[in-house]
Amino acid sequence: MAVYEHDVLVVGAGLAGMRATIAAHEGGADVAMLTKVHPVRSHSNAAQGGINAALTSQGDDWEDHAKATVKGSDYLGDQDAIEAMCREAGDAVIELEHMGVIFNRDDQGRLGTRRFGGQEKARTFFVADITGQAMLHVLYEQAVKSGVRIYEEWFVTSLVVNDGECRGVVAIELITGQLHLIRAKAVILATGGCGRVFEPSTNGLIVTGDGLALAYRAGAPLMDMEMVQYHPTTLKGNGVLLTEAARGEGAYLLNSEGDRFMEKYAPNMMELASRDVVSRAEQTEINEGRGVDDCVFLDLRHLGKDLIETKLSYINEVAMDFANVNLAKEPVPIRPGCHYIMGGVKTDLHGATAIPGLYAAGECACVSVHGGNRLGANSLLDTIIFGRRAGEATASYAGEVSLKKTPESVLAGDQGVIRDFMGRKSQEDTWAQLRQAVGNVMNEHVAVFRNEEGLKVALKTVQELKHRYDRLAVRDTSQVYNTSLLFTLELGFILETAEAICVSALGRKESRGAHFRTDMPGRDDKNWLKHTQVHASPGGPIVSYTPVTITHWQPEERAY
Amino acid sequence: MQVTLRVKRFNPEAQKERAFYQDYSVDVEEYFTVLDSLVKVREEVDESLTLRCSCRASICGSCAMRVNGHATLACKTKLISVMDDKRTVNVEPLTNHPVVKDLVVDMKPFWNKIHAVEPWLQPEGPEPKDEYIAPNEAMLHLTGVMGCIMCGACVSDCTVLEVDPNFLGPAALAKAYRFVGDPRDDADKKRLGKLNQYTGVWDCTRCYECVQVCPKGVAPMDRIMALRDRAIAAGYDNTYGARHAEAFSNLVEHSGKLDELRLVPMTFGMFNPLSLPQLLGMVPVALRALWHRKMPPIRHKAIPSSRRVRQIFKKIEGKK
Repeated sequence: MAVYEHDVLVVGAGLAGMRATIAAHEGGADVAMLTKVHPVRSHSNAAQGGINAALTSQGDDWEDHAKATVKGSDYLGDQDAIEAMCREAGDAVIELEHMGVIFNRDDQGRLGTRRFGGQEKARTFFVADITGQAMLHVLYEQAVKSGVRIYEEWFVTSLVVNDGECRGVVAIELITGQLHLIRAKAVILATGGCGRVFEPSTNGLIVTGDGLALAYRAGAPLMDMEMVQYHPTTLKGNGVLLTEAARGEGAYLLNSEGDRFMEKYAPNMMELASRDVVSRAEQTEINEGRGVDDCVFLDLRHLGKDLIETKLSYINEVAMDFANVNLAKEPVPIRPGCHYIMGGVKTDLHGATAIPGLYAAGECACVSVHGGNRLGANSLLDTIIFGRRAGEATASYAGEVSLKKTPESVLAGDQGVIRDFMGRKSQEDTWAQLRQAVGNVMNEHVAVFRNEEGLKVALKTVQELKHRYDRLAVRDTSQVYNTSLLFTLELGFILETAEAICVSALGRKESRGAHFRTDMPGRDDKNWLKHTQVHASPGGPIVSYTPVTITHWQPEERAY
Repeated sequence: MQVTLRVKRFNPEAQKERAFYQDYSVDVEEYFTVLDSLVKVREEVDESLTLRCSCRASICGSCAMRVNGHATLACKTKLISVMDDKRTVNVEPLTNHPVVKDLVVDMKPFWNKIHAVEPWLQPEGPEPKDEYIAPNEAMLHLTGVMGCIMCGACVSDCTVLEVDPNFLGPAALAKAYRFVGDPRDDADKKRLGKLNQYTGVWDCTRCYECVQVCPKGVAPMDRIMALRDRAIAAGYDNTYGARHAEAFSNLVEHSGKLDELRLVPMTFGMFNPLSLPQLLGMVPVALRALWHRKMPPIRHKAIPSSRRVRQIFKKIEGKK
């Protein structure tokens, strides 16, 4: 049997995972990267608009960026983490440029910027509207150059935690169907978010909360899981994203009466208020009868064909392909759709979780820099900064500890789970039905507007689905590339994550950031300026609270 | 509406390892893409139907496959645009890739070729403190190439790869161009030297299939042509390909039309003793051409207005 051993194993090969891998490699560690798809298929691809940074060479100030991020977070972000991210942002963008990212330039050939939501100043660096793809492919180039091992199309079924330490992972190699033990001194989870807990979602079908659920099952606490971002501009049919950069470049939001309704909700920032504010405004317009077919409109006509074709060419293609709309000629119907989770595996500023040897970075982590609401173009920055930090931290951690020889017998647990799924007689339920059911109930009750009653319905439904999941049968019993088994295992992660989101949302009895309770519409700093934590126990999820770190910026009323 | 998806399937674990076609009849909405319908089959009809897909928005590059005989992204292809009058659509895995299972192909050979062009930026000298200064036009131009999502559609339908699997292929060459065309990259000479060899830029037959099927408008063949120009400009003019291009152009410039008889020896090198075996190898071809009365005339006549063709050449070359 092949033996797989590394100093550091990075799970996930999107922006955070690849940045972590490169940093750990440069730190002298033997690092490998494991991903359930090829690295360039990762969902970081879908990030469109850009990456925020205050470049001092352009006269910008990182503290302004930090302040905007704190306000955007509705004061739930930890300010020490936000400061670190915003301070290091400029160098990170320059480093990406040196690696080869083809950033848009200004007339002098220097890096060009565009405006993004929740910020007064244009500090978003971009590659047309394919910034995520442009960065992802360049980081892949760097990973190839470094020669690190990539376990491609492997899927982690569980973390190996012994004596309270993470010592590797159990993973299935999709092409053979074999289960393997990979031993590592440190594991970095960089598996992205959990968009597919909701249906529809802007996220790809692969975004199933894997890292969140793996860490949660292993005993690490998740933080602020109630904070789920609904993006203001998604297509109705399949939930595909149209970038905020459209509004950054000047697009309007219109209701059925042709009014720029953001005047009522955010008279100063208008369409570029923070995402939670804009999504709520849209949903209010729709609920009050000023929508069409559950949508409002994004209008780019006045931007002109040339700008649309050079700076927004991808959404131009998407609008044509999926909504049959020519953006230069007509407004496109859009609505808020599930997009991002601000919460995640609780980490410190170096990606370390509560379990020694287990780290997390990117969307699956919660440092927390996004708090109650993430600003557009801060997610790419988060992946790059905290991916690098986690990579560096694991490289030095790996220098201090020795590899523990966990026996192969740990495979037995997951082997049994898989055997049970494959061996069961077909029941009525299929993985697809259960996945659709959880997605629907989450999107109905845990969306832009929430209330106690709805959240209870969602939690109860998710828990029932968990019971049905335990009796699920995988109908395809083949070994080679068995996606039926893969989706069934992913569904387990989705349900775990959904439950954590529901209990966290039920717990927070106020409205803050993306968590808006119609039954408790005000922000309550006196009682609720604190992080939600949830961890697994045999009796079910246990919710607790920890303080928010405040350095400079005291909570103020938040208006845009 | 009810449609039939005729899917080419392959199960490597079956007793008889043989591909077969299976018809799936499925009820779909009019706006469905081919991917939407395949996902519906997978979720509601046959869990064992295997394919890769993720983003559903033509950016992740997972779902390239052949629809009615041409490579495309399933997520970008509307059903109504491809079904025949019996509402049937033919779906097969990419060609020029080994099939793993159903619509899933082995992309390793694809990636090996991408890696072979050293796909990372190679600047020289110390890094600037800030960003590299580069004209925005150059960056916008590269963004068009960078838009390649590595889906493999072009490689699937490449007619050269069909006969010579060693050809680097349209995706890898377009990737190479992304660096050769980058003002920050200083490894042009090395890169072009490698691309000038067998398997490189001169093996493309300009059939346009890759341009036709690319779902992202990358136009790989145009990038290959640009690499040829750059290779010649960089001094790599002593290859069959470069000499062929040179001879082609000289002959047309001289007489206004192609002199096919002289094109062959000029390509191999008129006074090159090493080309003797190649020239002798052409003898049977010449004899066959003679037999079928397809031999080009020995005395090549210029077209009446060849002077004007020369003027065109002068004008174009003067502009360079």
